[in-house]
Amino acid sequence: MNALADDPGHETASPVGATIPMRVRDRLGLRFWLPAAWITMVVVLAATASLLPLPSPIETDFTALSNWPDRAHWFGTDQLGRDILSRAIFGARISLTVGLLAPALGLGIGMLLGMTAGYFRGRVEIVIGAAMDAVMAFPGILVVLAVTAYVGASVPLLVILLGVLTVPTFMRVARANTLVFAQHDFVLAARAMGATHWRVLSLELLPNVMIPILIYALLVVSRIIVVEGVLSFLGLSLPAPWPTWGNMIADGQVELATLPYIPFIPAALMFLTVLSINLIGERLRARTDLRGSVL
Amino acid sequence: MMDAGLPLLEVTDLATHFHTQRGLLRAVDGVSFSVRRGQTLGIVGESGSGKSALARTIIRILSKRHTTTTGRITFEGRDLLTVSEPDMRDIRGRDIAMVFQDPTSSLNPVKQVGVQIEEVLARHLGLRGRAAQTRAIELLTSVGMPLPQERLHQYPHQLSGGMRQRVAIAIALACEPKLLIADEPTTALDVTIQAQILDLLHRRQKAHHMAMILISHDLGVVAGYTDTVAVMYAGQIVEQASTRSLFRNCRMPYTAALMRSAPNLSDPPHTRLRAITGRPPDMVLPPPGCRFEPRCDDATDICRNRRPALSASDADGTHRYACWHPVASPGASA
Ligand SMILES: Nc1ncnc2c1ncn2[C@@H]1O[C@H](COP(=O)(O)OP(=O)(O)OP(=O)(O)O)[C@@H](O)[C@H]1O
Ligand code: SF4
Ligand SMILES: [Mg+2]
Repeated sequence: MNALADDPGHETASPVGATIPMRVRDRLGLRFWLPAAWITMVVVLAATASLLPLPSPIETDFTALSNWPDRAHWFGTDQLGRDILSRAIFGARISLTVGLLAPALGLGIGMLLGMTAGYFRGRVEIVIGAAMDAVMAFPGILVVLAVTAYVGASVPLLVILLGVLTVPTFMRVARANTLVFAQHDFVLAARAMGATHWRVLSLELLPNVMIPILIYALLVVSRIIVVEGVLSFLGLSLPAPWPTWGNMIADGQVELATLPYIPFIPAALMFLTVLSINLIGERLRARTDLRGSVL
Repeated sequence: MMDAGLPLLEVTDLATHFHTQRGLLRAVDGVSFSVRRGQTLGIVGESGSGKSALARTIIRILSKRHTTTTGRITFEGRDLLTVSEPDMRDIRGRDIAMVFQDPTSSLNPVKQVGVQIEEVLARHLGLRGRAAQTRAIELLTSVGMPLPQERLHQYPHQLSGGMRQRVAIAIALACEPKLLIADEPTTALDVTIQAQILDLLHRRQKAHHMAMILISHDLGVVAGYTDTVAVMYAGQIVEQASTRSLFRNCRMPYTAALMRSAPNLSDPPHTRLRAITGRPPDMVLPPPGCRFEPRCDDATDICRNRRPALSASDADGTHRYACWHPVASPGASA
């Protein structure tokens, strides 16, 4: 019965396809694409490290101790004859694993709590807020130091500890944005069309809250990479002989007199990676129309 | 047709009070009316008179924690204030749907138009995939969207305001509701688009033999598209009549003032509009007598002390008004 239009649209319709949704590509510029290319390269190298024709990162080559770069070892070898390039690439795995998984854990829990608090308000919000205050009251990094020193360092432990520490800030960002978007009529309209609270949260609010929270997550990722670097510098991340950027810097200090450039390789990698992530985040923040969301 | 029976919606002595820091805010205070199938009821009143609160009470989407609702809302013989929440969710969207004032806010900005329509089709009719898409295109066509197929994949910000409101109407009509509540559906739109949207609503309503509640602060909007009109002031209905009778023969000074403040095409050019002076009362502490009394030129002592009840103006009792000193019906004086 509706097959026929009973009202030919008289409005001047914008030609379909004139604006492609999210056509951000040509507007983001080099300040986005250069860092993005760097991150992509680091991620791909780290992910495929074991498939690459690299010398082992932990095997010692006694014929090449503390060598300057040459044909066989592009970036040289450390005092135990291990290939620096290989160690740097394998080291990226730890930084990236912890740097991505810990914020992912924090984001997951924080968003669930924050959206619940921001949508239902009332007592739920008070309880969640109090729980977050309790977590924030811990001197974060000291707790991580104490626990890893006590039970021994491991990647899963680091992910869980650092992840939990990021929950409160993710929760706050999620709650603030949920509060803003819940004011919009589309929430009321969805309810008026028979949606349950669960549907409103998952289908209406989540896609809106997700955008600012993901951009915020980039900031957290770069911070966690630095924190992981510090921890492994202190020997509290992955046990030797496995390389991480942090413990490479620490080990490199020993050689500072003979091969002074060694600590700078992992340091430069970490610096470029963190810088790139921050640049990407800043660019996205500036370029996405966040429609009144709060960061 | 089947109109002779019971009204589709019958609201009796409905009151909605918001719990605010200052106390109970009587946004809706003792409202009664009914709507039949195929009929349009207009609800008119100034900003803050409780029109939206009334609409949201009927569809029960106000926060239970912050409101108290009393009275009866009988829809197809069932009292909506007592049905369970899951039953009410089935009624919302399928039997009663709503169009909001500002389509920029009532459509989800990050979801494609097609997705927003298809979600409703899945929720109430179990339509998915191709069937849902076909139906979505049909709906967009029926609300006068050019190139409906392409629109499915567009986002609300790619559409003009009028087009967005068409989408919102398509969503509301997706399940062919028996009652459509349109809460100031044209207030946020360009004047040139307003008539198109009202025409569209009117035509869809006739095509589906649907009942409609058309809310507006503009008597002019209501005049052309309604069968009956209820004038709201400070949470109460102060005059209620068939549209014809109201415009010919309004009795309540507030209605008369509204009519004088509306631009009239027959006025000579540059006629000054007579805005109603003063402001609506504080609904936490409303005046004890007639609520319009502080702004009424005809007020006397009785108006200050006693609240006028709705009384009939004509023989069959369909034109009712609440006033101690009704304005003379122009029919009688002219
Ligand atoms: N959620 C709420 N909590 C407290 N007070 C509210 C709430 N919603 C509305 N009110 C109050 O209820 C009264 C009626 O508001 P309502 O939105 O129903 O008016 P309206 O007639 O729809 O006005 P408008 O033309 O501006 O849409 C107003 O005084 C308003 O401040
Ligand atoms: S009852 Fe009195 S104050 Fe109220 S509208 Fe009528 S004349 Fe005016
Ligand atoms: Mg309103």
